[in-house]
Amino acid sequence: MKFPLTIAAIALAALMSPADAAALRDEGDPLASARWADMHKSMLAGAPVLFDPRVKVVAPSTAENPMQVPVSVDATALPGVVEVLVFADFNPIVQVLRFYPDAAPAFLGFRIKLQQSSPVRAAVRTADGVWHVGGTWVNTVGGGCTAPSAAAVSPEWQKRLNEVSGRQWSEGPNAGRIRLRIVHPMDTGLVAGTPAFHLEEVNITDAAGKRLMRVQPYEPVSENPVFTLQRDAASGPVEASGRDNNGNAFTARIAP
Amino acid sequence: MRRASAALRGLSLMLLAWAGLAAAADFDYRLKARPIAPDVYAFIGRTADFDTDNGGNIVNTAFIVGRAGVIVIDSGPSLRYGQQMRQAIAKVTDKPLALVINTHHHPDHFLGNQAFADVPIGALAETRDGIARDGDAFAENLFRMSGDWMKGTEVRVPNRTLAGGALEVAGRRLRLVALDGHTGADLVVVDEASGVVFAGDLVFNGRAPTTPHADVGHWLKALDQLDGLTRQPGFKVLLPGHGEVAGDAAPIAQTRAWLNWLTATMDEAARNGLDMNDTLARPLPPRFADMPVAQTEYRRSVGHLFPAAEQRALEGR
Repeated sequence: MKFPLTIAAIALAALMSPADAAALRDEGDPLASARWADMHKSMLAGAPVLFDPRVKVVAPSTAENPMQVPVSVDATALPGVVEVLVFADFNPIVQVLRFYPDAAPAFLGFRIKLQQSSPVRAAVRTADGVWHVGGTWVNTVGGGCTAPSAAAVSPEWQKRLNEVSGRQWSEGPNAGRIRLRIVHPMDTGLVAGTPAFHLEEVNITDAAGKRLMRVQPYEPVSENPVFTLQRDAASGPVEASGRDNNGNAFTARIAP
Repeated sequence: MRRASAALRGLSLMLLAWAGLAAAADFDYRLKARPIAPDVYAFIGRTADFDTDNGGNIVNTAFIVGRAGVIVIDSGPSLRYGQQMRQAIAKVTDKPLALVINTHHHPDHFLGNQAFADVPIGALAETRDGIARDGDAFAENLFRMSGDWMKGTEVRVPNRTLAGGALEVAGRRLRLVALDGHTGADLVVVDEASGVVFAGDLVFNGRAPTTPHADVGHWLKALDQLDGLTRQPGFKVLLPGHGEVAGDAAPIAQTRAWLNWLTATMDEAARNGLDMNDTLARPLPPRFADMPVAQTEYRRSVGHLFPAAEQRALEGR
């Protein structure tokens, strides 16, 4: 699918830098993944796609621990973000999470499990129905003394399931930042005898009841998920609520 | 004349390049026993990470020539290393091998065990368990990182359990000090006759420490004990697990400084709301920036240590 005029129009309308505008393209995966065509079809239903430098996916090029690969998605340079879908082409479970930045900047940090080296991508849907795609390759080979563990080993969750600990930062370089950790094993269902058991919804709401962000984690999100998000104006507590795929619900207040 | 010397230089460069290729292709670690005290020798590895050039020769191993036999301390990263180490020992002494000691369960310290299959191999109980549990995964990693240097290497679990205390081997009095912190079990060997302290990987010298199985609090306590060993009468030489031999406790202070900085950095980052990617992106302070593999080890250590610091910060502890 080619629509060069659309690209030019987008670049112009968004006042993009010449370098960013030049990097916009609607075909030819910049990460040169053999699975891109499949991903486009299965994850994005073949809808119009723009590889867009305004969608920034930060992850280490080499992950020391493939069970805890830090990923930050920043689409704040893109106006009108409706939905963000994160996926990893070569993971046994491709879909990592979705988030909807209702009243928060389109930024989310989290950690994921990778089975092997893979592109990690964020596809960002804007109101016009176009998916803006950014991504980076993550190599999963660790260091020489790393013994990869096959499954979650911490028994912490059995006593503390869905316990939330979190903080907000109201000053300094990270003013407006919210971080929270939820105790959950996030079992993928791929380990024999352990069914899939994972968080499937996390909502962050402000004191007035307005939802800042909705996150839908899938199996590849790491054990005991940690989320980092940003709010425009830090004022008052926020509430984190949600549930896992077994119906266990939680609600917790995160003080400013 | 000028042209002739240029031609000669060209030729010698070609020869050098050819020699370099040959060195890589013949899988010769060029191990040469270096005397570090009377009857005590070490093989000093490079202060680098595993790669297909060094074949994993990034570690220090050693041997003590006792009255009745030889005591080997750590066996290196591969079967070939173990074999070549054995040949290098045979050039120094024809006494029989009495005991091989593995200081801890990291692969560069025990994957040469196979070359010593006819010799008792001793380690702390937890080190034996660790090698049995993680050995194959470690070996697989090293095949990937060091390539064909690893050919034929298989895990050989130590067959003798050691414990802290005095040990007499081949007419030599050793003091074994069972510590932990770098891994779950780190054995320090003190050779009473020579005054050499074999610190294993509790001490790094001029090379950033590694932390995949570290308990930093325990490690710092272990360093205090090692410090004490270097202050005892008779102390002469400290052999770190990686980096140059020392005649004093300076490498202990250096290792402690790195660990203190690392934990303080993790705690500060977590308290300030940084996430793991933010923390990975922080530059090293000037005092560590030039230390070999500091950048790589810092990034690896963030992966190992940041999640706990983050949990403490988020739980308000």
